[in-house]
Amino acid sequence: MDFLIFKAPMLMVQASLDGILLGILFALIAYGMALQWGVMNIINIAQGDLVILGGYIAYTMYLAGIHPAWGVIVSPIIMYFVGWALYKLVINKVVDRDLFISILATFGIAIVFQQLMNFIFGADVVVAQSEYGTTMLFDNSVTLPNSKIFSAFISVLYAIGLVIYMKKSRLGRAIRATAQNARAAKILGVDTEKVYAATFGINAALCGIAGALISITLTLHPYVGLPYTVRSFMIVIVAGLGNLPAVAVSGMGLGLFEEFADYILGTEFRIGAVFMLLVFILVYRRFKLSKKREYLK
Amino acid sequence: MNKLVKLFTIFISAITLTIASISSSFAKVEGEYIVLGSAISLTGKYSSNGVHTQNGYNMAVERINKMGGVKVGGKSYKFEIIYYDDESNPKRAAQLAERLIKQDGVHYMLGPYSSGLTKAIAPVTEKYKIPMVEANGASRSLFTKGYKYLFAVLSPANQYLEVAIDLAVEKNGGKPVKIAQAFEQDAFSQDVRLGILDAAKRTGSKIIIDDKLPKELNDMAATLAKVKATKPDVLVVSGHTKGALTAIRQISEMKVDVPMLAMTHCDAAKLSKQHGKKSEYALCASQWHKNLSYKDKFFGSGKKYDKDFKKEFGYAPPYQSAESSAALLVFKDAFERADSFDRDKVRDALKTTEMQTFYGNIKFGPGGQNVAKPMILFQVRCKGDSCENKVVAPTKWASDKFYHPIPKWSERS
Repeated sequence: MDFLIFKAPMLMVQASLDGILLGILFALIAYGMALQWGVMNIINIAQGDLVILGGYIAYTMYLAGIHPAWGVIVSPIIMYFVGWALYKLVINKVVDRDLFISILATFGIAIVFQQLMNFIFGADVVVAQSEYGTTMLFDNSVTLPNSKIFSAFISVLYAIGLVIYMKKSRLGRAIRATAQNARAAKILGVDTEKVYAATFGINAALCGIAGALISITLTLHPYVGLPYTVRSFMIVIVAGLGNLPAVAVSGMGLGLFEEFADYILGTEFRIGAVFMLLVFILVYRRFKLSKKREYLK
Repeated sequence: MNKLVKLFTIFISAITLTIASISSSFAKVEGEYIVLGSAISLTGKYSSNGVHTQNGYNMAVERINKMGGVKVGGKSYKFEIIYYDDESNPKRAAQLAERLIKQDGVHYMLGPYSSGLTKAIAPVTEKYKIPMVEANGASRSLFTKGYKYLFAVLSPANQYLEVAIDLAVEKNGGKPVKIAQAFEQDAFSQDVRLGILDAAKRTGSKIIIDDKLPKELNDMAATLAKVKATKPDVLVVSGHTKGALTAIRQISEMKVDVPMLAMTHCDAAKLSKQHGKKSEYALCASQWHKNLSYKDKFFGSGKKYDKDFKKEFGYAPPYQSAESSAALLVFKDAFERADSFDRDKVRDALKTTEMQTFYGNIKFGPGGQNVAKPMILFQVRCKGDSCENKVVAPTKWASDKFYHPIPKWSERS
């Protein structure tokens, strides 16, 4: 236990800002997961690996001399088709089976992706340089990397865009209809097969954006996808499906929680604390649900 | 139909058995070849360093064979290595070691890449009394188990950054220093940490931050914010390539000013290439550097090795390759002194090894670790945009002066 953070107010500010900026990025990944979970009832274990693949696309651009920030436009386009192809190849065969089958299938996809990325990009840890510099606050005692601010800004931008798209466009409405009741939507003429493919593609595209942002803020490695899957799973558990504001808030909350756990409990418990919180939330939700049922009796 | 299948199975198993028994009776020395075995990470998370290791082995095999091979009993033999891919997986590595020994009949082993995999294989080679010379397992725990058939050409992990603390104290006018440290939670990094704890005790220095980084971590902003608030004299980071890259990225972004930054895995992470000027002044522990003046008759000097390796494989050799090549020089020397293929005689010869290679002096301590070679420290220095690693410690090998303290970020262009 270390209470240094409570003695230094600037550390508190630093931790909060770091946490929120990181949380917004997590929220973007989690929103993709919530979307396909809600629409297709699939928990995508390969979520984190899609993120890393998106990151490698930005990194490849960086190697070719293009600024990696352009990855936030190129990466989602490529990833949309990756997601779409994945749906056509694998997911459409498991989409109406039970959850366990789809978890197994996406777990398999995750392994294949990891090995493929290892094969193509090598096992070295890599970073792309944005050269965006740093913003200093409060006489240099709080520092915010501009790349993190940039990534939070882009995440918010895309999230707003997606909300509007889901509300206004034909496909958006079809996706929402399918999420509410797939059979009814089908009867009313929605091509659910197409909706599923598009949903999976949109999710992969969101992962692509997040990956490109991670390539300039954190590091890339073929085997670091899983923590992103776990975090987004957790955010979705807390926020519920198809509720974007809740996803955003719980994403930022998780970012803050992680940052503070790091300061207070020590870095070694940072990820452990996330898992502890997950257990706690699952138990709490169960408890709440069981109470509700009793009330209904 | 069923009968046919049964017959077929029996037939196949009979053939396999025959082949297995034939090969094991020949394998230790086949004709003019001495067969060595190695499980090595060609796929999975260690694959890049696994390939560096394999290239180092292959380079040495080719060189030794070309220069007359190994002379045993008045006859000249050549080296040959059987490789299996362990997929960076300790369980698989242990299985493959069994397979090399039992099925392929290998009597002499070369080590895999990484402390973790070496730890998985050592009990197997020990069980079958197979001498193993390894070049990539530095964890201290390998040398405290009383293994009798394990020999490591590299310095143990706890020695990696001890020198750095001594250096910091020296620069502080002989007075104790404040140390901030962050280490990944794995065997190797924790051993590096133990070395720092020893050095801190010895010099009376105080450890003010002692963070342990989880394996999955790629964000150490919290640790660095604490460093910023507490102003230590030296910051020590070890977390393989990911730790090195993350540290430099976030230190430069958060403008963390420390007088001294000591790390491991800088060259494996290609720090000076990936981060350029941001990595300048970082102090890195290394097993080897091409500018050291060690010599042997096979590779000449470190510089010559560097040149030949580049010609052969198209990239500059990291120390992982150099130490792997040295492992074969040790084996050759031991075979010739033992003048026999008897495993125990070879082991006894290994135990009394005392030689110089281009990689450094080699002499094995009671636990099998190399006690004759000091670790070196280099510092990343840049001219314009191109950065290089310059040896700064120990003084005997230093090509450049150690730059201290690191200029503040506000003064760096």
